[in-house]
Amino acid sequence: MSKMHVKMTVNGKAVEALAEPRTLLIHFLREDLKITGPHIGCETSHCGACTVDLDGKSVKACTVFVAQANGAEVTTVEGLVNDDGSLGVIQEMFREHHGLQCGFCTPGMITRAHLLLQENPTPSEEDIRFGIAGNLCRCTGYQNIVKAIAASADALNAQKEAAE
Amino acid sequence: MIPAGFEYHRPTDIGAALSILQEHGDEARVIAGGHSLIPMMKLRMADIGHLVDLQDIGELRGIATDGGTAVIGAMVTQHELITHDGLASAIPLIREASLQIADPQVRYLGTIGGNVANGDPGNDMPGLMQCLDAQFELTGPDGSRTVPARAFYEAAYFTARDDEEILARIHIPIPGAGTGYAYEKQKRKIGDYATAASAVLISVQGGSCSAASIAMTNLADTPIWAAAAAAALVGSSLDDAARSAAVAAAVEAIDPVSDNRGPVEFKKHVAGVVLRRAIDRAASRAS
Repeated sequence: MSKMHVKMTVNGKAVEALAEPRTLLIHFLREDLKITGPHIGCETSHCGACTVDLDGKSVKACTVFVAQANGAEVTTVEGLVNDDGSLGVIQEMFREHHGLQCGFCTPGMITRAHLLLQENPTPSEEDIRFGIAGNLCRCTGYQNIVKAIAASADALNAQKEAAE
Repeated sequence: MIPAGFEYHRPTDIGAALSILQEHGDEARVIAGGHSLIPMMKLRMADIGHLVDLQDIGELRGIATDGGTAVIGAMVTQHELITHDGLASAIPLIREASLQIADPQVRYLGTIGGNVANGDPGNDMPGLMQCLDAQFELTGPDGSRTVPARAFYEAAYFTARDDEEILARIHIPIPGAGTGYAYEKQKRKIGDYATAASAVLISVQGGSCSAASIAMTNLADTPIWAAAAAAALVGSSLDDAARSAAVAAAVEAIDPVSDNRGPVEFKKHVAGVVLRRAIDRAASRAS
């Protein structure tokens, strides 16, 4: 099968490449672009470790063909740092609240939390748990992940207020 | 987990999509959100020469709720169904059911069209659409036709849709004000298909049930619209005896198979439990 010309914006940078349409977005990101933040956990759309933001939707990059993402805007956990390269708010809150143990699920958790908090800036604990239901963590029992996301919401809202 | 190669097409109108389907026949398949099809392709259980991506076809999108009928484009995602306030106030049953499908990431991409047209008995939308008496608008080389959801499902993965047709829109009569509703689903974990699920609509007039509709999900190789179960409620005061009779009639109508979600007897038991809960909740909401 012939390769196709793929163009997309990844973490704010324009990217062009030749790829087979069947290439999964997660493989394209990790192997062609060497963006290894999104992880391959189950590769069967269950675990959410490969979660990226695709045109304002949280998606599992193991269940999207690169052809479907042609022309799209993709954000991975690498794109959530501050402009100066320091940890973004959600990343910092995961560190501060110990929202990870082995860290494997963390890029997917943080990328999911990023969109969750854009859509619902003041989530209840239940909203957070429901919102991250597509991301599995086998270490933490989720408690500190939920705390980290709640703290992120507070920090982001404080930031917004300060800016106004 | 790498699927076999395919040629990729992304037409921008239905006409172009239909001609690709006609040109390649059996080798071509349409893809909507892809969350049933891509896993099958990765397992190499679906071998597709030409993949026709419908994402750029604008006429397959959009939700309209004016004029007594909700019209939903086939490419509308579960996420859009949940977040559309007009639809939620017209037919709150759709939001209640959609929130119980899969997980957030799947709902951002999974579409109502893919969910109903795939013909997977595990999917939630087919039973829901039967409960709501939806009509499926299919577009093919010879024009459009409409098939009722209640006549669409023939067997697992076999539907009334021809290979050269595309599901374009779904038309759903908006239930009258005060109609009670509930979608109740038992699943082993987030993201799993239902062990048993049930959609219920109940209307009440002057203290007795004037109309009802009941559909059961993942309890046979098609969704089951349980007319006899609804008939057991209609005319009653929705007393305990009528509710039990409805549950018994629905359990009689289903035909579950034993699998990793449990043996037949267990599934029948769970079906009765979820239906009873759905009837109770729908009745409490009816006015």
